[in-house]
Amino acid sequence: MLLLCALASILVVVLVGLFVFIQGYPLLTKTGFFSFLTGRDWLPGEGVFGILPMVAGTLAITLGALVIGVPLGVTTAIFLAEYAPGIIALWTRRAVELLAGIPSVVYGLFGMTVIVPLVRYIAVNWFGNLLAPEMKAGYGILTASLVLGIMILPTIVSVSEDALRAVPQAYKEGSYALGVHHWQTVYHNILPAARTGIMASVVLGMGRAIGETMAILMVAGNAAALPTSIFSPVRTLSGNIGLEMSYASGEHAQALFATGVVLFLVIMILNGIALLIARKGANDR
Amino acid sequence: MTVPLQEKLAKWFIWCAALLTVSFLVLIIGYIMVRGLGKLSVSFFLENPRKMGSAGGIFSPLLGTVYFTLLTMILAMPVGVGAAVYLSEFTHEGPLVRMIRFFTDALAGIPSIVIGLFGFSFFVVFLRPLTGGWSILSGSLTAFCMILPIIIRVTEETLHSIPRSYREGSQALGVSKWDTVMHVVLPSALPGIFTASLLGIGRVIGETAALLLTLGGSLLIPTSIFSPARTLSMHLYLVAMETGEFSVAFAAAAVLVLVILLLNLGGYYLVQRLFKRMAGAQ
Repeated sequence: MLLLCALASILVVVLVGLFVFIQGYPLLTKTGFFSFLTGRDWLPGEGVFGILPMVAGTLAITLGALVIGVPLGVTTAIFLAEYAPGIIALWTRRAVELLAGIPSVVYGLFGMTVIVPLVRYIAVNWFGNLLAPEMKAGYGILTASLVLGIMILPTIVSVSEDALRAVPQAYKEGSYALGVHHWQTVYHNILPAARTGIMASVVLGMGRAIGETMAILMVAGNAAALPTSIFSPVRTLSGNIGLEMSYASGEHAQALFATGVVLFLVIMILNGIALLIARKGANDR
Repeated sequence: MTVPLQEKLAKWFIWCAALLTVSFLVLIIGYIMVRGLGKLSVSFFLENPRKMGSAGGIFSPLLGTVYFTLLTMILAMPVGVGAAVYLSEFTHEGPLVRMIRFFTDALAGIPSIVIGLFGFSFFVVFLRPLTGGWSILSGSLTAFCMILPIIIRVTEETLHSIPRSYREGSQALGVSKWDTVMHVVLPSALPGIFTASLLGIGRVIGETAALLLTLGGSLLIPTSIFSPARTLSMHLYLVAMETGEFSVAFAAAAVLVLVILLLNLGGYYLVQRLFKRMAGAQ
């Protein structure tokens, strides 16, 4: 009985993979996996399904989120592991946990009403002459990256902090004993020793960013076209499903399931990489 | 640049980064509260939404959230705790356990929209005669898949933190393995299991993407677990995107944030008290 409970997660993962794959398979064989992935046009009405714009949009937003989230997250992790006095560390950690608990639709609402107008202001007033009209709405890669960068902070902070704390105390003491200062010790000894764990945190943050749907739907603009600047409105793979699944049928629905298959595969590969990194880190010690 | 100056700059920079991280939280919560709290009133909670949610209150989404959350937890807690007990008490590290761990981690990483696709094709379409299609039951079963990993992981961690001597003491008295787990291990793990359930509830309440595909999104008051419903977070999204009526969306967001705050802080307080009670009883 307990074994059955324990097997539940295996069962669920297999069922998820199976059902999403079965539904997406007919379309994938019809258009071919590769041309589905590299097709530039997404025209459900005419039966043309290519997800290159969504792949590009997902990549751009994820990259932007990492550019914002990783430096800030890792630095906050260093603060928590090395610099913060006890009580401040405790409250900062709880603030980060709370940040993880805020529903993504709330992030989306915040993005729509605060960050979108901000980006719109920048686009209109600073780059007004350079940008096409659809890029001046404030919805696009930059906005989505800003929102998502904040959303992945908790993952990056907590995994990186664990990695920094796992560095043996002797590394630090050895460095101090040689008269090396605090920051130099952190920079030259602790960070390199924790690098595999920090890399794992980046990969996990990436997975989080790629899978996020609601907040992105609310701020990315959702145009199924290849982006040309960081102000371009884009659609992500997950957004594509969330946006059209409610009314799709037939081949269109299959194409959305096929999008799900791509998303599923990407996440599984990322998980595999994170696991490999973690294992390598364990072997290095 | 001299070394002491470098040290000072680095310290200043690190403090600023941490401050920025915390200020995001304060900014988001503060902004939502300022724009949302004003609209909250008793009638807002007790009235049904009108005009696709752009007017009226949030009674039916609130009720939907409660039903859906309760059902999900009733489904997920026994299975999650059962899995954790199996993993930590009844087996040893081996290929099977490693595989279960790997799949549990994998499940935690699958995007909720993909789980939603699965929930749609499996619970809503394939099992329609059993679940009633788009319904609270379909939504709960889908959410069950999502929160299983959290509950397993947190419960397992708690079980690992219980001293071996408890189990050995019990078994030395001739108590069977099963009774030891039921009467010694699980009771001492209660605060941790409670934390696991709070984390699960927090995740379920915030979930939206998968529910868009499985819960139905009806604004009617749900009458049974087979009727479609919408949760507060779905309501927020649909109102903001479809009607553009931000005052209702902000009010719904404020309620959500308050619930999350309550779960975090209140839960923390309750767990502390539970721990103290248990420490006193020993």
